[in-house]
Amino acid sequence: MYSLQELEQKSIEYRKTVLRIIVQANAGHTGGSLSCVDILNVLYNRVLNVSPATFGDPNRDRYIQSKGHSVEALFTVLADVGFYAESELDTLGRFGSHFIGHPTRKVPGIEQNTGALGHGLPLAVGTALAAKLDDRSYRVFTLLGDGELTEGSNWEASMAAAHYKLDNLVVIVDRNGLQISGPTEEVNGLEPLTAKFEAFGYAVREVNGNSIPDLVACFDQVPFAPGKPSLVIAKTIKGRGVSFIENAVAWHHHVPNADEYAVALQELNQAEEALLEAQSWS
Amino acid sequence: MELGRPNLEEFGATLLEMGRQNPDLLVVTSDSRGSGKLGPFAKALPKQIVEVGIAEQNLVGVSAGLASAGKIVFAVSPACFLTTRSLEQIKNDVAYSDNPVSLIGISAGVSYGALGSTHHSLHDFAALRATNNISIVAPADNFETRAAIYAAAAHPKPIYIRFGKRPMPHLHAPDTQFEIGKAITLAEGTDVTFVATGEPVVQAMQARALLEAQGVSCGVISMHTVKPLDEEALLNAAAHSRVIITVEEHSVFGGLGSACAEVLMQVGADVRFKIVGIPDEYTITGSQVEIFNYYGITPEGLAEQAQALLGSAVAV
Repeated sequence: MYSLQELEQKSIEYRKTVLRIIVQANAGHTGGSLSCVDILNVLYNRVLNVSPATFGDPNRDRYIQSKGHSVEALFTVLADVGFYAESELDTLGRFGSHFIGHPTRKVPGIEQNTGALGHGLPLAVGTALAAKLDDRSYRVFTLLGDGELTEGSNWEASMAAAHYKLDNLVVIVDRNGLQISGPTEEVNGLEPLTAKFEAFGYAVREVNGNSIPDLVACFDQVPFAPGKPSLVIAKTIKGRGVSFIENAVAWHHHVPNADEYAVALQELNQAEEALLEAQSWS
Repeated sequence: MELGRPNLEEFGATLLEMGRQNPDLLVVTSDSRGSGKLGPFAKALPKQIVEVGIAEQNLVGVSAGLASAGKIVFAVSPACFLTTRSLEQIKNDVAYSDNPVSLIGISAGVSYGALGSTHHSLHDFAALRATNNISIVAPADNFETRAAIYAAAAHPKPIYIRFGKRPMPHLHAPDTQFEIGKAITLAEGTDVTFVATGEPVVQAMQARALLEAQGVSCGVISMHTVKPLDEEALLNAAAHSRVIITVEEHSVFGGLGSACAEVLMQVGADVRFKIVGIPDEYTITGSQVEIFNYYGITPEGLAEQAQALLGSAVAV
Protein backbone atom coordinates (compact mmCIF):
# COMPACT_ATOMS: atom_id res chain seq x y z
CA MET A 1 0.00 0.00 0.00
CA TYR A 2 1.26 3.45 -0.88
CA SER A 3 2.14 5.85 1.91
CA LEU A 4 0.35 9.18 2.13
CA GLN A 5 3.49 10.90 0.87
CA GLU A 6 3.70 8.58 -2.12
CA LEU A 7 0.05 9.29 -2.92
CA GLU A 8 0.70 13.02 -2.68
CA GLN A 9 3.54 12.67 -5.13
CA LYS A 10 1.30 10.65 -7.43
CA SER A 11 -1.27 13.43 -7.43
CA ILE A 12 1.35 15.87 -8.68
CA GLU A 13 2.46 13.43 -11.38
CA TYR A 14 -1.19 12.87 -12.36
CA ARG A 15 -1.72 16.61 -12.67
CA LYS A 16 1.27 16.87 -14.99
CA THR A 17 -0.08 14.02 -17.13
CA VAL A 18 -3.56 15.53 -17.23
CA LEU A 19 -2.13 18.80 -18.52
CA ARG A 20 0.16 17.04 -20.99
CA ILE A 21 -2.63 15.03 -22.63
CA ILE A 22 -5.02 17.99 -22.70
CA VAL A 23 -2.36 20.12 -24.38
CA GLN A 24 -1.55 17.32 -26.83
CA ALA A 25 -5.22 16.78 -27.70
CA ASN A 26 -5.86 20.52 -27.69
CA ALA A 27 -9.08 19.78 -25.82
CA GLY A 28 -10.20 18.68 -22.39
CA HIS A 29 -11.78 19.69 -19.13
CA THR A 30 -8.81 21.14 -17.34
CA GLY A 31 -10.41 22.64 -14.24
CA GLY A 32 -12.60 19.69 -13.28
CA SER A 33 -9.93 17.08 -13.93
CA LEU A 34 -7.51 18.92 -11.66
CA SER A 35 -10.13 19.29 -8.93
CA CYS A 36 -11.01 15.58 -8.75
CA VAL A 37 -7.64 13.96 -9.34
CA ASP A 38 -6.86 13.53 -5.64
CA ILE A 39 -10.17 11.73 -5.15
CA LEU A 40 -9.43 9.33 -8.01
CA ASN A 41 -5.91 8.84 -6.74
CA VAL A 42 -7.11 7.75 -3.30
CA LEU A 43 -9.92 5.62 -4.70
CA TYR A 44 -7.82 3.62 -7.17
CA ASN A 45 -4.63 3.40 -5.13
CA ARG A 46 -6.09 2.91 -1.70
CA VAL A 47 -9.83 2.25 -1.51
CA LEU A 48 -11.27 0.33 -4.46
CA ASN A 49 -10.99 -3.43 -4.54
CA VAL A 50 -10.41 -3.46 -8.29
CA SER A 51 -7.42 -3.93 -10.55
CA PRO A 52 -6.80 -4.99 -14.14
CA ALA A 53 -6.60 -8.57 -12.88
CA THR A 54 -9.93 -8.44 -11.04
CA PHE A 55 -11.93 -6.24 -13.40
CA GLY A 56 -14.03 -9.19 -14.58
CA ASP A 57 -14.71 -10.38 -11.03
CA PRO A 58 -18.37 -9.94 -10.06
CA ASN A 59 -17.21 -9.09 -6.52
CA ARG A 60 -15.02 -6.16 -7.58
CA ASP A 61 -15.78 -2.68 -6.29
CA ARG A 62 -17.25 -0.45 -8.98
CA TYR A 63 -16.43 3.15 -9.79
CA ILE A 64 -18.79 5.09 -12.05
CA GLN A 65 -17.78 8.61 -13.02
CA SER A 66 -20.92 10.63 -13.46
CA LYS A 67 -18.98 13.83 -14.20
CA GLY A 68 -17.73 12.15 -17.32
CA HIS A 69 -16.17 15.29 -18.76
CA SER A 70 -13.34 15.06 -16.22
CA VAL A 71 -12.22 11.94 -18.05
CA GLU A 72 -8.62 13.06 -18.44
CA ALA A 73 -8.09 12.51 -14.71
CA LEU A 74 -9.72 9.08 -14.89
CA PHE A 75 -7.74 7.98 -17.97
CA THR A 76 -4.53 9.13 -16.28
CA VAL A 77 -5.17 7.19 -13.07
CA LEU A 78 -6.32 4.04 -14.89
CA ALA A 79 -3.09 4.05 -16.91
CA ASP A 80 -1.04 4.39 -13.73
CA VAL A 81 -2.77 1.48 -12.00
CA GLY A 82 -2.07 -0.69 -15.04
CA PHE A 83 -5.24 -0.95 -17.09
CA TYR A 84 -3.27 0.05 -20.21
CA ALA A 85 0.06 1.53 -21.19
CA GLU A 86 0.53 5.21 -20.47
CA SER A 87 1.42 5.72 -24.16
CA GLU A 88 -2.27 5.04 -24.98
CA LEU A 89 -3.05 8.41 -23.42
CA ASP A 90 -1.26 10.07 -26.30
CA THR A 91 -4.16 9.08 -28.57
CA LEU A 92 -6.64 11.23 -26.59
CA GLY A 93 -9.07 12.87 -28.97
CA ARG A 94 -7.48 11.42 -32.10
CA PHE A 95 -9.67 10.06 -34.87
CA GLY A 96 -10.82 6.55 -34.01
CA SER A 97 -9.24 6.49 -30.54
CA HIS A 98 -11.30 5.11 -27.66
CA PHE A 99 -9.69 7.76 -25.47
CA ILE A 100 -12.38 10.34 -26.09
CA GLY A 101 -13.82 13.25 -24.15
CA HIS A 102 -15.97 11.07 -21.90
CA PRO A 103 -15.63 7.61 -20.35
CA THR A 104 -16.41 4.67 -22.61
CA ARG A 105 -16.28 0.97 -21.89
CA LYS A 106 -14.07 0.57 -24.93
CA VAL A 107 -11.30 1.72 -22.58
CA PRO A 108 -10.19 -0.97 -20.10
CA GLY A 109 -11.28 -0.25 -16.54
CA ILE A 110 -14.30 1.89 -17.41
CA GLU A 111 -17.56 0.53 -15.97
CA GLN A 112 -20.17 2.62 -17.78
CA ASN A 113 -20.39 5.03 -20.69
CA THR A 114 -21.09 8.37 -19.10
CA GLY A 115 -20.87 12.00 -20.09
CA ALA A 116 -24.49 13.13 -20.14
CA LEU A 117 -24.91 14.50 -16.64
CA GLY A 118 -27.22 13.00 -14.05
CA HIS A 119 -26.68 9.41 -15.22
CA GLY A 120 -24.01 8.05 -12.88
CA LEU A 121 -26.05 7.93 -9.72
CA PRO A 122 -29.02 5.92 -11.09
CA LEU A 123 -26.53 3.47 -12.64
CA ALA A 124 -24.68 3.24 -9.33
CA VAL A 125 -27.91 2.69 -7.42
CA GLY A 126 -28.87 -0.20 -9.72
CA THR A 127 -25.41 -1.74 -9.42
CA ALA A 128 -25.40 -1.39 -5.62
CA LEU A 129 -28.91 -2.82 -5.43
CA ALA A 130 -27.76 -5.87 -7.41
CA ALA A 131 -25.07 -6.47 -4.76
CA LYS A 132 -27.70 -6.39 -2.02
CA LEU A 133 -30.01 -8.75 -3.94
CA ASP A 134 -27.15 -11.16 -4.62
CA ASP A 135 -25.68 -10.84 -1.13
CA ARG A 136 -22.36 -9.73 -2.55
CA SER A 137 -19.97 -7.54 -0.62
CA TYR A 138 -18.81 -5.19 -3.36
CA ARG A 139 -19.24 -1.45 -3.03
CA VAL A 140 -20.16 1.12 -5.64
CA PHE A 141 -18.54 4.55 -5.76
CA THR A 142 -19.75 7.32 -8.00
CA LEU A 143 -18.32 10.79 -8.51
CA LEU A 144 -20.69 13.64 -9.29
CA GLY A 145 -19.88 17.18 -10.19
CA ASP A 146 -21.59 19.80 -8.09
CA GLY A 147 -22.92 21.52 -11.20
CA GLU A 148 -24.77 18.38 -12.27
CA LEU A 149 -26.76 18.26 -9.04
CA THR A 150 -29.46 20.34 -10.69
CA GLU A 151 -30.27 17.29 -12.86
CA GLY A 152 -33.45 15.84 -11.35
CA SER A 153 -32.40 12.24 -11.97
CA ASN A 154 -29.88 12.57 -9.12
CA TRP A 155 -32.66 13.19 -6.68
CA GLU A 156 -34.81 10.39 -8.07
CA ALA A 157 -31.88 8.04 -7.57
CA SER A 158 -31.13 9.43 -4.11
CA MET A 159 -34.64 8.55 -2.97
CA ALA A 160 -34.18 5.00 -4.23
CA ALA A 161 -30.74 4.72 -2.59
CA ALA A 162 -32.23 5.57 0.79
CA HIS A 163 -35.35 3.46 0.24
CA TYR A 164 -33.26 0.37 -0.51
CA LYS A 165 -30.83 1.17 2.36
CA LEU A 166 -27.82 1.01 0.05
CA ASP A 167 -24.99 1.33 2.56
CA ASN A 168 -22.71 -0.18 -0.09
CA LEU A 169 -23.11 2.99 -2.15
CA VAL A 170 -20.69 5.89 -1.77
CA VAL A 171 -21.59 9.08 -3.59
CA ILE A 172 -18.84 11.67 -3.85
CA VAL A 173 -19.61 15.23 -4.88
CA ASP A 174 -16.69 17.17 -6.33
CA ARG A 175 -17.74 20.42 -4.67
CA ASN A 176 -15.47 22.85 -6.45
CA GLY A 177 -18.21 25.45 -6.56
CA LEU A 178 -17.86 26.33 -10.23
CA GLN A 179 -19.58 25.22 -13.40
CA ILE A 180 -19.26 26.23 -17.01
CA SER A 181 -21.28 29.46 -16.66
CA GLY A 182 -20.02 30.55 -13.26
CA PRO A 183 -20.29 29.78 -9.53
CA THR A 184 -22.90 27.10 -8.77
CA GLU A 185 -24.57 29.40 -6.27
CA GLU A 186 -25.09 32.02 -8.96
CA VAL A 187 -26.18 29.65 -11.72
CA ASN A 188 -28.82 27.88 -9.63
CA GLY A 189 -28.05 27.67 -5.94
CA LEU A 190 -27.38 24.24 -4.41
CA GLU A 191 -26.96 25.12 -0.76
CA PRO A 192 -27.70 24.02 1.89
CA LEU A 193 -26.29 20.90 0.30
CA THR A 194 -25.49 18.87 3.40
CA ALA A 195 -28.97 19.40 4.77
CA LYS A 196 -30.49 18.43 1.43
CA PHE A 197 -28.54 15.19 1.22
CA GLU A 198 -29.29 14.37 4.85
CA ALA A 199 -32.97 14.99 4.19
CA PHE A 200 -32.76 12.55 1.28
CA GLY A 201 -31.45 9.87 3.63
CA TYR A 202 -27.69 9.94 3.23
CA ALA A 203 -25.08 9.81 5.95
CA VAL A 204 -23.06 12.86 4.91
CA ARG A 205 -19.43 13.81 5.54
CA GLU A 206 -17.62 16.88 4.35
CA VAL A 207 -13.95 16.53 3.55
CA ASN A 208 -11.15 18.48 1.97
CA GLY A 209 -11.25 16.80 -1.42
CA ASN A 210 -7.73 17.91 -2.30
CA SER A 211 -6.17 16.53 0.88
CA ILE A 212 -4.85 13.00 0.54
CA PRO A 213 -4.79 12.34 4.32
CA ASP A 214 -8.32 13.68 4.74
CA LEU A 215 -9.66 11.62 1.83
CA VAL A 216 -7.97 8.46 3.09
CA ALA A 217 -9.37 8.98 6.58
CA CYS A 218 -12.82 9.66 5.17
CA PHE A 219 -13.01 6.62 2.89
CA ASP A 220 -11.66 4.39 5.67
CA GLN A 221 -14.92 5.11 7.49
CA VAL A 222 -17.45 4.11 4.83
CA PRO A 223 -20.20 3.21 5.29
CA PHE A 224 -20.74 6.15 7.59
CA ALA A 225 -23.92 4.65 9.01
CA PRO A 226 -25.40 1.16 8.67
CA GLY A 227 -28.39 1.02 6.36
CA LYS A 228 -27.71 4.42 4.80
CA PRO A 229 -25.95 5.38 1.60
CA SER A 230 -22.81 7.41 2.25
CA LEU A 231 -22.30 10.81 0.72
CA VAL A 232 -19.02 12.67 0.69
CA ILE A 233 -19.03 16.37 -0.07
CA ALA A 234 -15.46 16.73 -1.26
CA LYS A 235 -14.61 20.40 -1.04
CA THR A 236 -12.14 20.97 -3.81
CA ILE A 237 -10.53 23.77 -5.75
CA LYS A 238 -11.30 23.70 -9.44
CA GLY A 239 -8.00 23.71 -11.29
CA ARG A 240 -6.15 22.71 -8.11
CA GLY A 241 -2.36 22.70 -8.36
CA VAL A 242 -1.79 25.46 -10.90
CA SER A 243 -2.13 28.98 -9.54
CA PHE A 244 -3.68 30.67 -12.55
CA ILE A 245 -6.10 27.81 -13.24
CA GLU A 246 -7.36 27.56 -9.67
CA ASN A 247 -10.88 28.87 -9.08
CA ALA A 248 -11.09 30.40 -12.55
CA VAL A 249 -14.39 29.83 -14.32
CA ALA A 250 -12.77 30.29 -17.73
CA TRP A 251 -10.63 27.17 -17.19
CA HIS A 252 -13.61 24.79 -17.24
CA HIS A 253 -12.45 23.50 -20.60
CA HIS A 254 -9.77 25.97 -21.54
CA VAL A 255 -6.58 24.42 -22.92
CA PRO A 256 -3.23 25.86 -21.80
CA ASN A 257 -1.11 27.46 -24.51
CA ALA A 258 2.61 26.71 -24.66
CA ASP A 259 3.57 29.43 -22.22
CA GLU A 260 0.82 28.59 -19.77
CA TYR A 261 1.75 24.91 -19.97
CA ALA A 262 5.39 25.71 -19.22
CA VAL A 263 4.46 27.80 -16.17
CA ALA A 264 2.03 25.12 -14.99
CA LEU A 265 4.69 22.42 -15.22
CA GLN A 266 7.14 24.65 -13.41
CA GLU A 267 4.68 25.13 -10.56
CA LEU A 268 3.96 21.43 -10.33
CA ASN A 269 7.65 20.55 -10.43
CA GLN A 270 8.29 23.02 -7.65
CA ALA A 271 5.50 21.52 -5.63
CA GLU A 272 6.96 18.07 -6.16
CA GLU A 273 10.42 19.23 -5.11
CA ALA A 274 8.97 20.83 -1.99
CA LEU A 275 7.09 17.62 -1.21
CA LEU A 276 10.19 15.46 -1.60
CA GLU A 277 12.22 17.86 0.48
CA ALA A 278 9.62 17.80 3.24
CA GLN A 279 9.67 14.02 3.09
CA SER A 280 13.45 13.91 3.43
CA TRP A 281 13.17 16.01 6.59
CA SER A 282 10.44 13.90 8.11
CA MET B 1 -60.00 -15.67 -35.14
CA GLU B 2 -60.51 -16.81 -31.57
CA LEU B 3 -60.15 -14.04 -29.01
CA GLY B 4 -57.28 -14.34 -26.53
CA ARG B 5 -56.43 -12.09 -23.63
CA PRO B 6 -54.71 -8.71 -23.64
CA ASN B 7 -51.03 -8.95 -24.55
CA LEU B 8 -50.42 -7.10 -21.30
CA GLU B 9 -51.90 -10.00 -19.33
CA GLU B 10 -50.00 -12.53 -21.41
CA PHE B 11 -46.84 -10.58 -20.62
CA GLY B 12 -47.52 -10.58 -16.87
CA ALA B 13 -48.28 -14.30 -16.84
CA THR B 14 -45.22 -15.12 -18.94
CA LEU B 15 -42.95 -13.09 -16.71
CA LEU B 16 -44.29 -14.82 -13.60
CA GLU B 17 -43.62 -18.20 -15.18
CA MET B 18 -40.09 -17.16 -16.12
CA GLY B 19 -39.40 -15.47 -12.79
CA ARG B 20 -40.30 -18.65 -10.92
CA GLN B 21 -37.70 -20.51 -12.94
CA ASN B 22 -34.96 -17.91 -12.65
CA PRO B 23 -34.30 -15.97 -9.43
CA ASP B 24 -32.00 -13.60 -11.35
CA LEU B 25 -34.98 -12.28 -13.32
CA LEU B 26 -36.08 -8.90 -12.02
CA VAL B 27 -38.97 -6.64 -12.85
CA VAL B 28 -38.33 -2.94 -12.29
CA THR B 29 -41.39 -0.71 -12.22
CA SER B 30 -42.22 2.96 -11.83
CA ASP B 31 -45.43 2.63 -9.82
CA SER B 32 -46.66 0.62 -12.80
CA ARG B 33 -47.18 -2.85 -11.37
CA GLY B 34 -50.95 -2.42 -11.55
CA SER B 35 -51.09 -1.06 -15.07
CA GLY B 36 -48.46 -3.65 -16.06
CA LYS B 37 -50.57 -6.55 -14.73
CA LEU B 38 -47.71 -7.42 -12.43
CA GLY B 39 -49.75 -7.80 -9.24
CA PRO B 40 -49.50 -11.61 -9.29
CA PHE B 41 -45.76 -11.38 -9.97
CA ALA B 42 -45.23 -8.99 -7.08
CA LYS B 43 -47.26 -11.21 -4.76
CA ALA B 44 -45.56 -14.45 -5.78
CA LEU B 45 -42.00 -13.13 -6.17
CA PRO B 46 -41.69 -10.03 -3.96
CA LYS B 47 -37.89 -10.22 -3.94
CA GLN B 48 -37.80 -10.06 -7.72
CA ILE B 49 -39.65 -6.80 -8.16
CA VAL B 50 -37.87 -3.47 -7.73
CA GLU B 51 -40.10 -0.44 -7.33
CA VAL B 52 -38.61 2.99 -7.95
CA GLY B 53 -41.78 5.05 -7.82
CA ILE B 54 -42.88 7.48 -10.50
CA ALA B 55 -39.38 8.19 -11.78
CA GLU B 56 -38.83 6.87 -15.29
CA GLN B 57 -35.32 8.25 -15.70
CA ASN B 58 -34.28 6.46 -12.55
CA LEU B 59 -36.19 3.36 -13.67
CA VAL B 60 -34.00 3.01 -16.73
CA GLY B 61 -30.73 4.02 -15.04
CA VAL B 62 -31.27 1.61 -12.15
CA SER B 63 -32.26 -1.13 -14.60
CA ALA B 64 -29.05 -0.59 -16.55
CA GLY B 65 -27.03 -0.83 -13.33
CA LEU B 66 -28.80 -4.05 -12.34
CA ALA B 67 -28.25 -5.54 -15.79
CA SER B 68 -24.55 -4.60 -15.69
CA ALA B 69 -24.26 -6.72 -12.55
CA GLY B 70 -25.73 -9.78 -14.27
CA LYS B 71 -29.43 -9.49 -13.54
CA ILE B 72 -32.03 -10.29 -16.22
CA VAL B 73 -33.96 -7.06 -16.12
CA PHE B 74 -37.41 -6.15 -17.43
CA ALA B 75 -38.03 -2.42 -16.98
CA VAL B 76 -41.78 -1.90 -17.21
CA SER B 77 -43.50 1.44 -17.68
CA PRO B 78 -46.14 2.96 -19.93
CA ALA B 79 -44.58 3.30 -23.38
CA CYS B 80 -45.44 7.00 -23.55
CA PHE B 81 -43.23 7.82 -20.54
CA LEU B 82 -40.59 5.13 -20.95
CA THR B 83 -39.54 6.23 -24.41
CA THR B 84 -39.89 9.96 -23.87
CA ARG B 85 -38.97 10.96 -20.33
CA SER B 86 -36.16 8.44 -20.18
CA LEU B 87 -35.05 8.48 -23.80
CA GLU B 88 -31.61 9.74 -22.82
CA GLN B 89 -31.24 6.93 -20.29
CA ILE B 90 -32.26 4.42 -22.97
CA LYS B 91 -29.78 5.93 -25.42
CA ASN B 92 -26.83 6.18 -23.03
CA ASP B 93 -27.28 3.82 -20.08
CA VAL B 94 -28.87 0.94 -21.97
CA ALA B 95 -27.97 1.15 -25.66
CA TYR B 96 -24.62 2.97 -25.71
CA SER B 97 -23.33 1.30 -22.55
CA ASP B 98 -24.68 -2.02 -23.90
CA ASN B 99 -26.49 -3.03 -20.74
CA PRO B 100 -28.95 -5.75 -21.80
CA VAL B 101 -32.16 -4.37 -20.34
CA SER B 102 -35.52 -5.44 -21.76
CA LEU B 103 -37.57 -2.25 -21.86
CA ILE B 104 -41.29 -3.00 -21.81
CA GLY B 105 -43.56 -0.24 -23.06
CA ILE B 106 -47.04 -1.05 -21.81
CA SER B 107 -50.29 0.41 -23.16
CA ALA B 108 -48.43 1.54 -26.24
CA GLY B 109 -49.60 3.44 -29.29
CA VAL B 110 -53.09 4.77 -28.62
CA SER B 111 -54.04 2.15 -26.01
CA TYR B 112 -54.61 5.06 -23.64
CA GLY B 113 -56.50 6.76 -26.46
CA ALA B 114 -58.98 8.78 -24.44
CA LEU B 115 -56.29 10.06 -22.07
CA GLY B 116 -54.84 12.27 -24.75
CA SER B 117 -51.49 12.82 -26.38
CA THR B 118 -49.56 12.86 -23.10
CA HIS B 119 -50.38 9.16 -22.88
CA HIS B 120 -49.95 8.20 -26.55
CA SER B 121 -46.70 6.72 -27.81
CA LEU B 122 -46.64 7.30 -31.53
CA HIS B 123 -42.98 8.30 -31.70
CA ASP B 124 -41.27 5.37 -30.00
CA PHE B 125 -40.33 3.39 -33.12
CA ALA B 126 -38.89 6.52 -34.71
CA ALA B 127 -36.90 7.54 -31.64
CA LEU B 128 -35.47 4.10 -31.05
CA ARG B 129 -34.90 3.23 -34.72
CA ALA B 130 -32.41 6.10 -34.77
CA THR B 131 -30.77 4.82 -31.59
CA ASN B 132 -27.91 2.41 -32.14
CA ASN B 133 -27.86 -0.97 -30.39
CA ILE B 134 -31.47 -1.60 -29.48
CA SER B 135 -34.03 -3.91 -31.08
CA ILE B 136 -37.68 -2.92 -31.37
CA VAL B 137 -40.46 -5.49 -31.14
CA ALA B 138 -44.25 -4.98 -31.30
CA PRO B 139 -45.98 -8.31 -30.76
CA ALA B 140 -49.38 -8.71 -32.43
CA ASP B 141 -51.03 -11.42 -30.37
CA ASN B 142 -50.57 -13.48 -27.21
CA PHE B 143 -48.31 -15.97 -28.98
CA GLU B 144 -45.95 -13.27 -30.23
CA THR B 145 -45.99 -11.56 -26.84
CA ARG B 146 -45.06 -14.69 -24.95
CA ALA B 147 -42.42 -15.64 -27.51
CA ALA B 148 -40.95 -12.12 -27.52
CA ILE B 149 -40.64 -12.06 -23.73
CA TYR B 150 -38.87 -15.42 -23.71
CA ALA B 151 -36.64 -14.30 -26.58
CA ALA B 152 -35.80 -11.04 -24.79
CA ALA B 153 -34.66 -12.85 -21.65
CA ALA B 154 -32.31 -14.97 -23.73
CA HIS B 155 -31.16 -11.98 -25.82
CA PRO B 156 -27.99 -10.48 -24.30
CA LYS B 157 -28.63 -7.07 -25.88
CA PRO B 158 -30.90 -4.07 -25.30
CA ILE B 159 -34.44 -4.53 -26.55
CA TYR B 160 -37.68 -2.58 -26.49
CA ILE B 161 -41.01 -4.41 -26.61
CA ARG B 162 -44.35 -2.61 -26.72
CA PHE B 163 -47.95 -3.74 -26.72
CA GLY B 164 -51.47 -2.72 -25.76
CA LYS B 165 -54.10 -3.68 -23.27
CA ARG B 166 -57.05 -4.83 -25.34
CA PRO B 167 -57.82 -8.57 -25.74
CA MET B 168 -56.22 -9.80 -28.94
CA PRO B 169 -57.35 -12.56 -31.31
CA HIS B 170 -55.01 -15.50 -31.80
CA LEU B 171 -53.17 -15.22 -35.10
CA HIS B 172 -50.68 -18.04 -34.92
CA ALA B 173 -50.61 -21.78 -34.47
CA PRO B 174 -48.83 -22.74 -31.24
CA ASP B 175 -46.00 -24.42 -33.17
CA THR B 176 -45.11 -21.23 -35.08
CA GLN B 177 -41.43 -20.31 -34.98
CA PHE B 178 -40.60 -16.94 -33.44
CA GLU B 179 -37.27 -15.22 -33.73
CA ILE B 180 -36.34 -11.58 -33.08
CA GLY B 181 -35.72 -9.97 -36.48
CA LYS B 182 -37.54 -12.67 -38.43
CA ALA B 183 -40.99 -11.75 -39.75
CA ILE B 184 -43.84 -14.26 -39.73
CA THR B 185 -45.69 -14.63 -43.02
CA LEU B 186 -49.34 -15.25 -42.20
CA ALA B 187 -50.48 -15.41 -45.81
CA GLU B 188 -48.94 -14.95 -49.24
CA GLY B 189 -50.55 -12.94 -52.02
CA THR B 190 -49.70 -11.82 -55.53
CA ASP B 191 -51.71 -8.59 -55.72
CA VAL B 192 -51.16 -6.90 -52.40
CA THR B 193 -49.22 -7.64 -49.21
CA PHE B 194 -49.86 -5.96 -45.89
CA VAL B 195 -46.70 -5.60 -43.82
CA ALA B 196 -48.06 -4.87 -40.37
CA THR B 197 -46.65 -4.67 -36.87
CA GLY B 198 -48.27 -4.95 -33.46
CA GLU B 199 -51.96 -5.02 -32.86
CA PRO B 200 -53.06 -3.75 -36.33
CA VAL B 201 -51.91 -7.09 -37.78
CA VAL B 202 -55.45 -8.19 -36.88
CA GLN B 203 -56.99 -5.48 -39.07
CA ALA B 204 -54.67 -6.48 -41.89
CA MET B 205 -55.84 -10.09 -41.62
CA GLN B 206 -59.47 -8.97 -41.63
CA ALA B 207 -58.82 -6.73 -44.64
CA ARG B 208 -57.30 -9.74 -46.37
CA ALA B 209 -60.58 -11.66 -45.93
CA LEU B 210 -62.49 -8.78 -47.56
CA LEU B 211 -60.03 -8.52 -50.43
CA GLU B 212 -59.89 -12.25 -51.11
CA ALA B 213 -63.70 -12.19 -51.30
CA GLN B 214 -63.33 -9.47 -53.95
CA GLY B 215 -60.92 -11.65 -55.91
CA VAL B 216 -57.75 -9.89 -54.79
CA SER B 217 -54.82 -12.10 -53.83
CA CYS B 218 -53.60 -10.69 -50.52
CA GLY B 219 -50.67 -11.54 -48.30
CA VAL B 220 -50.05 -10.52 -44.68
CA ILE B 221 -46.71 -10.34 -42.92
CA SER B 222 -46.46 -9.85 -39.18
CA MET B 223 -43.34 -7.71 -38.96
CA HIS B 224 -43.16 -7.99 -35.17
CA THR B 225 -39.57 -6.76 -35.17
CA VAL B 226 -39.38 -3.21 -36.48
CA LYS B 227 -35.61 -3.17 -35.95
CA PRO B 228 -33.65 -5.01 -37.16
CA LEU B 229 -36.08 -5.19 -40.07
CA ASP B 230 -36.47 -8.51 -41.87
CA GLU B 231 -35.50 -7.11 -45.26
CA GLU B 232 -35.58 -10.52 -46.87
CA ALA B 233 -39.25 -11.05 -46.01
CA LEU B 234 -40.11 -7.55 -47.22
CA LEU B 235 -38.23 -7.87 -50.50
CA ASN B 236 -39.73 -11.29 -51.08
CA ALA B 237 -43.20 -9.78 -50.67
CA ALA B 238 -42.28 -6.89 -52.96
CA ALA B 239 -41.07 -9.36 -55.59
CA HIS B 240 -44.35 -11.26 -55.54
CA SER B 241 -46.94 -8.51 -54.98
CA ARG B 242 -47.79 -5.40 -56.97
CA VAL B 243 -48.71 -3.40 -53.84
CA ILE B 244 -47.16 -3.20 -50.38
CA ILE B 245 -49.08 -1.49 -47.59
CA THR B 246 -47.50 -1.05 -44.20
CA VAL B 247 -49.75 -0.81 -41.14
CA GLU B 248 -48.73 0.36 -37.69
CA GLU B 249 -50.02 2.00 -34.52
CA HIS B 250 -47.44 4.76 -34.79
CA SER B 251 -46.87 8.05 -36.55
CA VAL B 252 -46.56 7.66 -40.30
CA PHE B 253 -43.16 9.30 -39.81
CA GLY B 254 -40.19 7.21 -38.77
CA GLY B 255 -41.77 3.86 -37.98
CA LEU B 256 -42.32 0.60 -39.83
CA GLY B 257 -43.50 2.33 -42.99
CA SER B 258 -40.42 4.53 -43.15
CA ALA B 259 -38.19 1.52 -42.49
CA CYS B 260 -39.80 -0.41 -45.35
CA ALA B 261 -39.68 2.58 -47.69
CA GLU B 262 -35.97 2.98 -47.01
CA VAL B 263 -35.34 -0.61 -48.03
CA LEU B 264 -37.65 -0.64 -51.04
CA MET B 265 -36.45 2.67 -52.49
CA GLN B 266 -32.80 1.80 -52.12
CA VAL B 267 -33.15 -1.47 -53.99
CA GLY B 268 -35.38 0.17 -56.61
CA ALA B 269 -38.29 -2.17 -55.93
CA ASP B 270 -41.01 -2.01 -58.58
CA VAL B 271 -44.00 -1.83 -56.27
CA ARG B 272 -46.78 0.56 -55.32
CA PHE B 273 -46.38 1.53 -51.67
CA LYS B 274 -48.48 3.09 -48.93
CA ILE B 275 -47.82 3.82 -45.26
CA VAL B 276 -50.86 3.52 -43.01
CA GLY B 277 -50.55 4.77 -39.45
CA ILE B 278 -51.44 7.81 -37.39
CA PRO B 279 -51.00 11.00 -39.42
CA ASP B 280 -48.87 13.90 -38.21
CA GLU B 281 -51.62 15.96 -36.63
CA TYR B 282 -53.24 16.71 -33.28
CA THR B 283 -54.34 13.15 -32.52
CA ILE B 284 -58.06 12.55 -32.13
CA THR B 285 -59.01 11.01 -28.79
CA GLY B 286 -61.25 8.07 -27.99
CA SER B 287 -60.79 4.35 -27.50
CA GLN B 288 -58.04 2.59 -29.41
CA VAL B 289 -60.68 1.11 -31.75
CA GLU B 290 -62.35 4.48 -32.30
CA ILE B 291 -59.01 6.04 -33.15
CA PHE B 292 -58.21 3.19 -35.53
CA ASN B 293 -61.61 3.66 -37.17
CA TYR B 294 -61.07 7.40 -37.52
CA TYR B 295 -57.73 6.95 -39.25
CA GLY B 296 -58.80 4.04 -41.44
CA ILE B 297 -56.86 1.35 -39.64
CA THR B 298 -59.84 -0.94 -40.21
CA PRO B 299 -60.52 -3.95 -42.42
CA GLU B 300 -62.59 -1.75 -44.76
CA GLY B 301 -60.13 1.13 -44.71
CA LEU B 302 -57.17 -1.09 -45.49
CA ALA B 303 -59.08 -2.95 -48.22
CA GLU B 304 -60.00 0.39 -49.82
CA GLN B 305 -56.37 1.50 -49.75
CA ALA B 306 -55.38 -1.75 -51.40
CA GLN B 307 -57.99 -1.43 -54.13
CA ALA B 308 -57.02 2.19 -54.77
CA LEU B 309 -53.37 1.30 -55.16
CA LEU B 310 -54.15 -1.72 -57.32
CA GLY B 311 -56.31 0.53 -59.51
CA SER B 312 -53.62 3.16 -59.83
CA ALA B 313 -51.09 0.46 -60.50
CA VAL B 314 -53.16 -0.67 -63.43
CA ALA B 315 -53.59 2.93 -64.64
CA VAL B 316 -49.84 3.51 -64.49
